[in-house]
Amino acid sequence: MRFQAPISVVIAIAFGLVVLLGYFLDMPLLTAFKNVFVQWALMLAAVALLVGVANLFSVHWRKARRREKGATSSLVLLISLLVTILVTGYFGPTGSWTMWIFNYVQVPLETSLMALLAIVLVYAIAKLFGRRVDLFTLIFIGTALVVLLGTAPLFGVELPGIHGPNGIKYLIAQIPAVGGARGILIGVALGTLATGLRILLGADRPYGG
Amino acid sequence: MSLGNFLSGDLIGLAFVVAFCALIIIFTYIVRKKSLLSLREIRAFNRVEGAIGKAVEAGKRLQISIGWGKVFGIQGGSGLLGLSVLERISRTASISDRPPVTSSGDGTLSIMSQDTLRSTLHAIGADSRYDPDSGRLAGLTPFSYAAGTIPVIYDEEVSTTILAGHFGSEVALITDASERNDAMSLAGSDSVSAQAVLYATADEPLIGEEIFAAGAYLKAGPVHIASLHSQDVFRWLLAGIILIGALLKLVGVI
Repeated sequence: MRFQAPISVVIAIAFGLVVLLGYFLDMPLLTAFKNVFVQWALMLAAVALLVGVANLFSVHWRKARRREKGATSSLVLLISLLVTILVTGYFGPTGSWTMWIFNYVQVPLETSLMALLAIVLVYAIAKLFGRRVDLFTLIFIGTALVVLLGTAPLFGVELPGIHGPNGIKYLIAQIPAVGGARGILIGVALGTLATGLRILLGADRPYGG
Repeated sequence: MSLGNFLSGDLIGLAFVVAFCALIIIFTYIVRKKSLLSLREIRAFNRVEGAIGKAVEAGKRLQISIGWGKVFGIQGGSGLLGLSVLERISRTASISDRPPVTSSGDGTLSIMSQDTLRSTLHAIGADSRYDPDSGRLAGLTPFSYAAGTIPVIYDEEVSTTILAGHFGSEVALITDASERNDAMSLAGSDSVSAQAVLYATADEPLIGEEIFAAGAYLKAGPVHIASLHSQDVFRWLLAGIILIGALLKLVGVI
């Protein structure tokens, strides 16, 4: 059943307010309701995960069946998905074969992607000169190079002024980087609060209302 | 309730939230009256409409990545923001033969993205064009999410990739795929590490909390502009408090 917009909005706002107030006010009834609602939300998240996996299966099944571009990869994904579900279902999430899949398939694949990421980033920095050449790009690349050089001794030699507790790398990492990151995080926190409040006010309706 | 409890940190937090909410309502009233309040120019948002137009003309698709942040976790805000961006973009791109395709890294976000696409098409009377496969779960870990999103960019004639949500440094793999496919990438995240990577790899990176201004710039309504101005007010307030605190610390008062 699909809720009509006003009902779904009322439900979303009411539940949101109870949970929000439950975090701030120390009232047993409110806290109890908050805990129940959060538990429901977590259960729904688990069900949503199953629906998401079903969606993943459906998308790739369709691609493989219609022999669309990338159908072979979709077929590999479908077989891997089914094998993993069967093995995990039979042996349990910490069973020896499940852990074998995790240790010898999942971890190496993700590690390979991480290695690829390092190359992509070096390549991207080189291309940044062609894309955007301004003062901020120069500061960005200069800082990245100094921090990279200062992260470990160069052929076993610590360069004065770069390495060590008084080195420029340490100063950059401890003062402007931390200050800047905190500034960004304050902005992000305010943005997150504003996003949440817009949903509580019914202005944003990501639940399709 | 004792005075000690009343003045506890929790209630100060609640007061902060209530004040923020009140400010949003006040600014919404002002924006609706069309007095004052202008927005500074952000290049990335200026290019969005052009990118949508190009995609529609060329019969290509927009790909919107809303990240792998869990809705029930601390990154929930950026995921919900990604849905807001999705709603605006899909509304604007609804005249296209090929509706935008969305990838997410969380089951709940995936369902919500499908619901957002369906609601948008329903609102413009185009229910028949809804395809549940347009809102996809790409992968549940950061790297599997990237690996699941890259084929969408290559295989589905994507002309613009919009990334709005929670990512890590693996987001570079997505922007790299976008560039190799000659697609424009516009990207913002709540994560500091993702922002650093996006600065180097995206065509139009959104820095700091600029991504949270997306609704206001994509004309999502007066409440979005109002909430943006409320953020500005509180940012100045917090900056002032931090400066005063630093000064008091410097002179040894605290």
